[in-house]
Amino acid sequence: MLDKELRSMIGKVKDGRMDRRAFIQRLAAVGLTAPLANQILAIGGVAMAQSPSPYPPTKRGGGGPLKLLWWQGPTLLNPHFATGTKDQDGSRLFYEPLASWDVDGHLNPILAAEIPSIKNGGLTADGKSVTWKIKPGVKWHDGKPLTADDFVFTWAYVSDPATAAVSISTYADMTVEKVDDLTIRILFKNPTPFWANAFVGAYGCVIPKHLFADYKGSKSREAPANLAPVGTGPYKFVEFKPGDLIRGELNPDYHMPNRPHFDTIEMKGGGDAVSAARAVIQTGEFDFAWNMQVEDEVLLRLEKGGKGKTTYAVGGDIEFIAINFTDPNTEVDGERSSMKTKHPILSDLAVRQALALLVDRESVKKAIYGRAGRTTANYLNGPDDFVSKNTKWEFSVDKAIALLEKAGWKAGADGIREKDGKKLKFVYQTSINGPRQKTQAIVKQACQKAGIDVELKSVVASVFFSSDVANPDTYSKFYTDIEEFQIPMTQPDPALHMKRYTSSQIASKDNKWQGQNFPRWVNKDYDAAIEAAETETDPVKRAALYIKCNDMLWQETVFIPVMHRLTVDACATTLQPVVSGWANRTDNIQDWYRGA
Amino acid sequence: MSQYVLRRLLIAIPSLLGISAVLFFVLALAPGDPFSELATNPNVPPEVQAALRARFGLDDPIYLRYLHWLSAMAHGDWGFSFVSRMDVDRLILQRLPATLYVIGSAQVLALLIAIPVGVYAATKPYSLFDQIANTLAFIGFSLPTFFTGLLFILIFSVTLDWLPFVYTTDIKATGIRWVLEMIRQAIMPVAVLGLFQAASMTRFVRSAMLDVIRLDYVTTARAKGLGQAKVIVKHVMRNAMIPVVTLIALQMPAVFGGAIVTEQIFRIPGIGSLLISSILSNDTPVVMAVTFVFACLVVLFNLIADVLYGWLDPRISLR
Repeated sequence: MLDKELRSMIGKVKDGRMDRRAFIQRLAAVGLTAPLANQILAIGGVAMAQSPSPYPPTKRGGGGPLKLLWWQGPTLLNPHFATGTKDQDGSRLFYEPLASWDVDGHLNPILAAEIPSIKNGGLTADGKSVTWKIKPGVKWHDGKPLTADDFVFTWAYVSDPATAAVSISTYADMTVEKVDDLTIRILFKNPTPFWANAFVGAYGCVIPKHLFADYKGSKSREAPANLAPVGTGPYKFVEFKPGDLIRGELNPDYHMPNRPHFDTIEMKGGGDAVSAARAVIQTGEFDFAWNMQVEDEVLLRLEKGGKGKTTYAVGGDIEFIAINFTDPNTEVDGERSSMKTKHPILSDLAVRQALALLVDRESVKKAIYGRAGRTTANYLNGPDDFVSKNTKWEFSVDKAIALLEKAGWKAGADGIREKDGKKLKFVYQTSINGPRQKTQAIVKQACQKAGIDVELKSVVASVFFSSDVANPDTYSKFYTDIEEFQIPMTQPDPALHMKRYTSSQIASKDNKWQGQNFPRWVNKDYDAAIEAAETETDPVKRAALYIKCNDMLWQETVFIPVMHRLTVDACATTLQPVVSGWANRTDNIQDWYRGA
Repeated sequence: MSQYVLRRLLIAIPSLLGISAVLFFVLALAPGDPFSELATNPNVPPEVQAALRARFGLDDPIYLRYLHWLSAMAHGDWGFSFVSRMDVDRLILQRLPATLYVIGSAQVLALLIAIPVGVYAATKPYSLFDQIANTLAFIGFSLPTFFTGLLFILIFSVTLDWLPFVYTTDIKATGIRWVLEMIRQAIMPVAVLGLFQAASMTRFVRSAMLDVIRLDYVTTARAKGLGQAKVIVKHVMRNAMIPVVTLIALQMPAVFGGAIVTEQIFRIPGIGSLLISSILSNDTPVVMAVTFVFACLVVLFNLIADVLYGWLDPRISLR
């Protein structure tokens, strides 16, 4: 009974029908302490209480310089040309979207006057349009007013293929129209339950029509504003040296009160992650360093008596081992891993399940990721509403052996299992990256104990992730038996994340291996569930469909999830950054401040 | 003389063409893609990545791409960076000052140490001074710069907290304070590189001096009653410096080319770090431009070294 009541109370706090204090008082009445009550709320998906005023500075400026260190420096400052998060992070200092994702994966209005909802008329029940109201009085850095025309132009600019914008697909299948000077309406071709993609987050930044109008299409690269951005953001552009330095200064006309806190901002690039951590945590030369892909042990050592700390943000990034369902060693019509073949060994579910039992996630976490990882059996790890509770991972060599024995894989003379003359041998590839090679070693060791021979292969990241059709070592060609890498989740919605594995997305020679279904797994139920979810406007049913998809991936062992990865940054002890696992590091840069 | 220079310059043209062709084809054969970072971004379907490749001509046949590049280069168009979407010459010019300052200072430091130490060690071979200089030189060039660099950072930045280890190009100070800050932040990289260069150069100067110092004309000069200083500087050094000049001349392109490892460790925004980041991201136009400029400098400084020979030793005639 308590459980049920608790749940409904958490639900009430979530949508604001009960306040947090009342909740804590109710729990105190049954003998639970306040911290415990808070934790129960957190587990229930309600963020830990933010302090009464989460942004204490009471005036604009006065925070001195903010020094950021990105070990890969931004190389360009047009958000729609950004190839990596580094470029998005750099552009975001100057440009802004309508809304950003906050720490909990909720929308936080930036240039929008309010977040569209059914209640305020911004959303329609059929899910085919969104109406955004733009905050009045916002000015570009050059003094011109921000209007609906700028948004309509941004859409037209990006969706022109000749512009060669990276964000083109974010703005595909929709039209954007001006309702009045401060209102735009996005019309979708199909019902779109996840409507907050265009003009939200990294690729949502709006660019000024008056500076880019002459540079739409094939002349896009000649725009002077590509290198000297004029945005609406909290900082005004001062200087840019690609790969090295970005400098900005406080925007005195910024549209949010008392923001920004810092007088100047600089983003330095170059070097490596470990020395970046050192410059923040040990010597304090910089305030914040991005993406500490460093073993936890090293960070712990640096943090002892240092001037900084590490901070973590939870998103949905998943490190996994993918299984190839086709045969990588047989060539059919000039292509290996062809859909016309079946993997001789891995098409046996028992083998796939045995492999899943042989991944010692706890050791991987202990030896490599530490605080930056969470063990998981799910491919889909967030937001909370979409996380399956039906899966459970286990590490057991004995169970794996039993499973293989039962399926008829008997140990051969050399200790390697075989069945019908086929040996249990795999090639396991991944990109060159310290933690990944260590994970490979841990998995290989367990496999050996179970009588599986694993050959390790590592490919340079720029080759592994390239779309070079001529190269056999790309992840999408998948010319090995199993492969490991990470797929990030760039927004708190599973649609794009899960759509990859439908049968229409299979990577093959015909589509130049551009299909995203690289395991080449085909399942009609999965296709149907994804199709239904894409137009399902009831959030509960939609979540249930995605959970079902996740469970299918697990039961069929298409993926062996290794680690739910958190983002890790290094931060000076006095700095209060606002970093969301659902967005880029600088997406809420206007709220950063320095505490006492 | 001028005829000689002209002829050498003309010979340089085919060799530079050859160099550029080899560079281009090797780079084109190297696997990878400047847009690989997009691969796992769920917001960017692979078609977009492929469309970008096609737009930037990466799917054209290699020989066509080379001819495009060559004709553009002939018109003074250095190309356009895929990664930064800006002109390559601007990118390079932005990086040049830091490289010239840091690597140039390191070379000067190396010369200031190597020549006096080498000369003095050669005048007193196998003395205590010579032994110590030799030992230090051996240690110096046995330790790679990535090791000494990290060691310096640990000692002077982390432990003692005297010097910054991140190089900044925009020091917020003016006048004398700006100069002092510039010197302060360059101390570690210049020392790391300079000492490394000085070590090998000292050995070289010493052996070049020893070769000459035993010659009969030196004994003659001494017999004439000339002072030790005059004999060493005027008679021995002038001849001993000929091979040293070649060495220095051949190292000059490196001053422009930057030092990849040192620049990376200290985050110096120089040509070396530009080159390595461009190679890692398969930004072919930038890699081509940097390596091609480098090739031109090597050819040019070889020529300068040859001309200097004639001046140092009039017996060498240039035809």
